[in-house]
Amino acid sequence: MTTFNLNVVSPDGQVIDKEVEFVVLPSVDGELGILANHAPLIAGLEAGVMRYTEDGKVYKIAICGGFVEVAKNKVSVLANTAEKAEKINVERALAAKERAQKRLQDKSPDVDVLRAEMALKRAVARLKTTGKL
Amino acid sequence: MAGVRDIRRRIRSVANMQQITKAMKMVAAAKLRRAQEKVVASRPYAKQIQDVLGRLAQAQTDTSHPLLEQRLVKKIGYILITSDRGLCGGFNANLIRMTRGILEEKRDADTGLVTVGRKGNDYFNRRKAEIISRFVGLGDNPDYNQASKIADEVMGLYTTRELDEVYLVYSKFISVLTQEPTMVKVLPIEPSDEKVGGNYIFEPSPEEMLEKMLPNYIESQIFSALLESKASEEGARMTAMDSATENAKEMISKLTLVMNRARQAAITKEISEIVGGAAALE
Repeated sequence: MTTFNLNVVSPDGQVIDKEVEFVVLPSVDGELGILANHAPLIAGLEAGVMRYTEDGKVYKIAICGGFVEVAKNKVSVLANTAEKAEKINVERALAAKERAQKRLQDKSPDVDVLRAEMALKRAVARLKTTGKL
Repeated sequence: MAGVRDIRRRIRSVANMQQITKAMKMVAAAKLRRAQEKVVASRPYAKQIQDVLGRLAQAQTDTSHPLLEQRLVKKIGYILITSDRGLCGGFNANLIRMTRGILEEKRDADTGLVTVGRKGNDYFNRRKAEIISRFVGLGDNPDYNQASKIADEVMGLYTTRELDEVYLVYSKFISVLTQEPTMVKVLPIEPSDEKVGGNYIFEPSPEEMLEKMLPNYIESQIFSALLESKASEEGARMTAMDSATENAKEMISKLTLVMNRARQAAITKEISEIVGGAAALE
């Protein structure tokens, strides 16, 4: 199968840089699948799980918003944060999820709904990446 | 000449100081290594976002985003990044001197500072310079959220037309021995002119992408500056503490020499007194 270069960077450093067969990204308009020789593209990303296939095996990375650029058979993901499944702290993500849900249910006026929703989304993305949800 | 006991006491106190500076040097070296790794790690992201932004700006004909808007400069803002703690040689002094030079040069224009780090803040506070906002106590590991807070503040000042131009003044990390105070323009953003081929598909529209990406770009610029500044600070501290340890060593050897001389003089004096006393008895 034809492969292409996938490069994931976040402000904390490079996460991966390798040849892959297939990538699925959580774009703002829904899931976005990319195969080799894709047309040039720049898209915005949301908090969610990105998956890539390398040698027939699927790997997951939790990302929290950012951008992707596809050009010349190279996919560059610029994520605000990007964590591989093995690096995620499940307990922390669970706690964050519960906290966010509680705040959303509260409905008190001093709850920043948008922020709580974002936090919930991030926590869910992390949990899905580890397969704990 | 001071007594032998006084000199011995001084040697002891210098030796104590030497121990402290030596320990500080080692701590700085460890922190420097960590800071340096972070600087290197943050570079790919900073470079990529700049590249993508360049492509985006090209694809878009209408560049009317508020952060790109060039206007008549009435008030200039400077983000000054210094350290929270001292004992790092000329690190803060160099940055402050540079900033003072800039402010002096722009005397006719209206200027304001956004200080990051206690040292710069304290200095310009005493000098009664206008400090629009301050960020102190960022700690040893600057993270992206801190950069984002500073960026939000600055972008807010820019879009509300409080500031018409924003520069970043920080210390660039060149090597452990050299750190260079640097000034870069942050706002308005000047898109690069490099030509890149390919018609991109944008999802969502280029305008919306620009809207999302510009703040990220500013954040990443400030984040890089924070990291570079931290690495510079630890580098400067390490060098300063190394030379302090050296100086203490030199001082101890000098004082030891003086002490030995004093002790010999005392002994000689005592002998000659005894001899003199014995001679008087004869």
